[in-house]
Amino acid sequence: MSLGYPILSTLIWLPIIVGFIVLFAGRNSPAFAKWFSLGGAILTFILSLPLYFAFDTTTSAMQFVERLSWIPQYNIEYFLGVDGLSMPLILLTTFTQILVIASAWSVIKVRVEQYMGAFMIMQGLMIGVFAALDSILFYVFWEALLIPMFIVIGIWGGPRRVYATMKFFLYTFLGSVFMLVAFLYMYFQSGSFSILDFHAMPIGMTAQILIFLAFLIAFAVKIPMFPVHTWLPDAHVEAPTAGSVVLAAIMLKMGGYGFVRFSLPITPDAAMTLDLLVIALSLIAIVYIGFIALIQSDMKKLVAYSSIAHMGFVTLGMFVVYAIVRNTGSVEGAALGMEGAMVQMISHGFISGAMFLAIGVLYDRMHTREIGAYGGVVNTMPWFTFFAVLFAMANAGLPGTSGFVGEFMVILSAFKANVWWGVLAATTLIVGAAYTLWMIKRVFFGEVANENVAKLQDLNRREFIIMSILAFAIVLLGVWPNPLLEVMHASVDNLLIQATTSKLY
Amino acid sequence: MSNLHLILTIIMLAPLFGAIAAGLFGRQIGRKGAHSVTIGSVAVSTVLSIYVFYHYIFNGAETYNAALYTWMVSDGIRFEIGFLIDSLSATMMLVVTFVSLMVHIYTIGYMDHDEDYDHDNPYYQRFFSYLSLFTFSMLSLVMANNFLQLFFGWEAVGLVSYLLIGFYMKRESAVVANLKAFLVNRVGDFGFILGIAMVFVYFGTMDYQEFFDKLSEHEHTMMTFIPGVEWSVITVMVILLFIGAMGKSAQMPLHVWLPESMEGPTPISALIHAATMVTAGIFMVARLSPAYEMSEAALQFILVVGALTAFMMGLLGIIQNDIKRVVAYSTLSQLGYMTAALGASAYAASMFHVLTHAFFKALLFLAAGSVIIAMHHIQDIRQMGGLKKHMPITYWAMLLGSLALIGFPGFAGFFSKDSILLAVGESEIAGSSFAYALLLMGVFVTAFYSFRMFFLVFHGNESDYVKSHKIHESPKVVTVPLILLAIPSVLLGLFMIQPILSGSYFADAIYVLPAQDVLASVYDKYYDGVVGFILHGFMSLPVWLAFAGVALAWFFYMKRPDIPAWINSKCTRGNYVLQHAYGFDRLNEIVFVNGSKRLGHFFWKSVDMRIIDTGLVNGTVNKVSGLAKMMRESQTGYMYHYAFVMIFGLLGLLIWALW
Repeated sequence: MSLGYPILSTLIWLPIIVGFIVLFAGRNSPAFAKWFSLGGAILTFILSLPLYFAFDTTTSAMQFVERLSWIPQYNIEYFLGVDGLSMPLILLTTFTQILVIASAWSVIKVRVEQYMGAFMIMQGLMIGVFAALDSILFYVFWEALLIPMFIVIGIWGGPRRVYATMKFFLYTFLGSVFMLVAFLYMYFQSGSFSILDFHAMPIGMTAQILIFLAFLIAFAVKIPMFPVHTWLPDAHVEAPTAGSVVLAAIMLKMGGYGFVRFSLPITPDAAMTLDLLVIALSLIAIVYIGFIALIQSDMKKLVAYSSIAHMGFVTLGMFVVYAIVRNTGSVEGAALGMEGAMVQMISHGFISGAMFLAIGVLYDRMHTREIGAYGGVVNTMPWFTFFAVLFAMANAGLPGTSGFVGEFMVILSAFKANVWWGVLAATTLIVGAAYTLWMIKRVFFGEVANENVAKLQDLNRREFIIMSILAFAIVLLGVWPNPLLEVMHASVDNLLIQATTSKLY
Repeated sequence: MSNLHLILTIIMLAPLFGAIAAGLFGRQIGRKGAHSVTIGSVAVSTVLSIYVFYHYIFNGAETYNAALYTWMVSDGIRFEIGFLIDSLSATMMLVVTFVSLMVHIYTIGYMDHDEDYDHDNPYYQRFFSYLSLFTFSMLSLVMANNFLQLFFGWEAVGLVSYLLIGFYMKRESAVVANLKAFLVNRVGDFGFILGIAMVFVYFGTMDYQEFFDKLSEHEHTMMTFIPGVEWSVITVMVILLFIGAMGKSAQMPLHVWLPESMEGPTPISALIHAATMVTAGIFMVARLSPAYEMSEAALQFILVVGALTAFMMGLLGIIQNDIKRVVAYSTLSQLGYMTAALGASAYAASMFHVLTHAFFKALLFLAAGSVIIAMHHIQDIRQMGGLKKHMPITYWAMLLGSLALIGFPGFAGFFSKDSILLAVGESEIAGSSFAYALLLMGVFVTAFYSFRMFFLVFHGNESDYVKSHKIHESPKVVTVPLILLAIPSVLLGLFMIQPILSGSYFADAIYVLPAQDVLASVYDKYYDGVVGFILHGFMSLPVWLAFAGVALAWFFYMKRPDIPAWINSKCTRGNYVLQHAYGFDRLNEIVFVNGSKRLGHFFWKSVDMRIIDTGLVNGTVNKVSGLAKMMRESQTGYMYHYAFVMIFGLLGLLIWALW
């Protein structure tokens, strides 16, 4: 599929150009910086819609492809394209961006143009990550992203921002260096940096294992998976609201996306050998992190840990395929897990974004995220409580919200692979509800806890609109997930074939 | 789209429309607008449900099984939202909409004033919105034709229950109770979703009908999840699903949330925590009767759980002094009866009790609510007394409800409860005689606690409070629903007993193996017309146990109140056990609540922070900086040092190259 114009390039470069314009022209005019960024974000979102509506759901081939030579000496290309795995993530990015820009409207008072500029540039880079089909191009976008995020947390962050940024940067950078080494190795073997060529090339077992582990380190840090997850709560706590939203809603998804774009198709034999490692880490994320979330006293930390637990479903759903094949001899039942993982990524984008925005609403008013500082917020902010309870229910996986769909699919599929995996994954029904609703109870219900809570003002119009849009998305995806699933089927089927076809020579 | 399809769609969605209108636009449409739109939409559903009921029960229409829309397709499996309408769902639809309508109307009176909220707070609209939202959720549960929608309705009623138990959001007790209710239900749902996962794994479908069609294929399929032990797939599956029912229908040990759910306003105690939602588990088992019939082990388990709940929860009813809690424990006990009937394969009798119970228990709750209104929200029965002459309509409503509850011959509850007792008596599966004994004792206990409350509230001497305050009958919006609910509580059984026992009523919906069909043998042995059945009732043990319970309650609490006081002082240990409700709450508190928190602390402080962060991450950082320090020290700044290093390096390279 292709339109008459290079849609992917537009989506990548438009926000980046807007970002630079804001950066240089908005120095003395915060209003211009905000409005121009918001306009850019909305325009990008509108321009991204053809990706969905013109998408050919019958093929797993790359669509909207753009391919130019970039550094011919090394056969590096400017190669873009999307399939059913990446396209929804790009839409999630363009959608979230509008809310991200709007959320910072009146909160950020210093260096507004730099803040907005950083986020606009970040958006272009994130879309680049999801659209790149050349591994070096992918790597450039992937690493370039660290810079604006580093700046956002480092400048507008909380008191321990330096520690958090360093931790964030070192972790992710360390992870991606291994990925680069893997790319270089495969380039020397195949003479190409194209990801599609990597998919097709045969690789020996030892090399596959090493490549798989290199990818695992890179993506596990990003997702993040146990035990390389400890940077996330720190980064979230220190990041400004919009930074947390981008981090949770989009950047974590890059790790999950890496598994389906790189690990499974490039190193299927290694993935089959080491699937239990990933499954074990996923289940630890779901159960162990759930208990940690339970006892957090900082709302952002709680939601950050909850994010890790929810991302555990993503990796679990992606890797159950091998056990299903081993047990039943066919991939039947695995597509449910894989698609569940993809749905979980989109849904988690909405829900974690919504949760962090909601915490931001409170933080803007009270300048604390300690649960103990709140109590009885419903008495002063009834509308906000309505949204918060809705988001919390979605976070707890209530049917009818998007949070249910992915978890449900993954639990079913995991149960098929191994009864105990299903059992452990399903504990999230209890633990997830416990940590989310206990927080809700302590923050929102009861008598007004103190005079600060008594002075709270309910949502203003801007916040109300942001919350409404997210609530609408969460409920729509929960009530009718089919439109999202339709675009994935062909790509997921193809991915399952790739993931279960040996590449040994 | 057929007419029926359109009608069913309207039945299900009309309350949702009302809920959205009253919930999101409550301030704009005001109180009157909110209760008009919700009552109007539920009335539409009720009228259409009557039509559907008539269509199915009297005209014997064909089972209707169709999809409303496709929720999603994945892995070749269609996940749909749809309808399966037969005698079972048509009956439940009527009960749900009718009781809901009564409760909606009653609420106008009950929620008119509220001490917890200012008058300009739209709590009133919100309450109506929740009521309608609940009706929608419950309808989608009972009308479902597949497991996905069942689970959706299942959780949605749980959500509304959560919102309504915590309706008085400022009260700590209410917001603790709703969190507890949600989490305990989630424990049940944990089993439930695993049961659904088994349906997916072994049957590859979510659709009931396809599931039933494939059941026989898996009659002998075994699974192992503990190495070396084989289990029948069907047994494991239906027990997992039943764990869900134990949460929702409050069977031991997942019953702990129901007494505390009484923190919610009384109308919802009637609608959700007595008449409809808590029977969802019973409905689910009846709906899946073809699967349950295939596992005797599961049926035994269900029978014993039900009988234990029926008896032990009834005992707790005796020591309650809060009028709503008495009724709540009675609900728990009656749910035990229904569950026990399921275990005896008497699904129809169980559903029969669901129906009669829905009416008489809603009646009892609303009558209790009427008393609470009159007593200005005092709920302690020891502060009441002699209310009979102040509130005659409520008095009669409560009396009729109580007689139905204890199974007075001729009343609705008599027919359904006697069917259950006879069926369990006929049952031959293991544990049935134990269960039968518990259920018989439960009859006595039921009568005792019901009439203890009745006498203390309405008879005897007026308390100081009653003397010093003006107590008067509740307004019409309260009493009319009472009267309307009293009618089926008295009469329903007369019409239903024959079709229920003969098996014709639910013939198209419930499946019983001929060898286990206890109701059929009850029908053969004991049924020769309604009058004969009533006469037989008078001559059999349960009715006399009930009478004995009433008599003893009268003697203890009207005649010689010193006796129960004396017993209390003598049996301190037994009293202690009952006052603490057998210690379930304490156990949960210590093991699960504190245990989880402690585990969380351990994981966080010891593993995440100490081992990973301090040990590995910062440890690495420290090592790196240590290395850097060493390197820094080697950078001395003296030229000859560098020259030395260079020369040695070159030498090394040369040697390596020439080797």
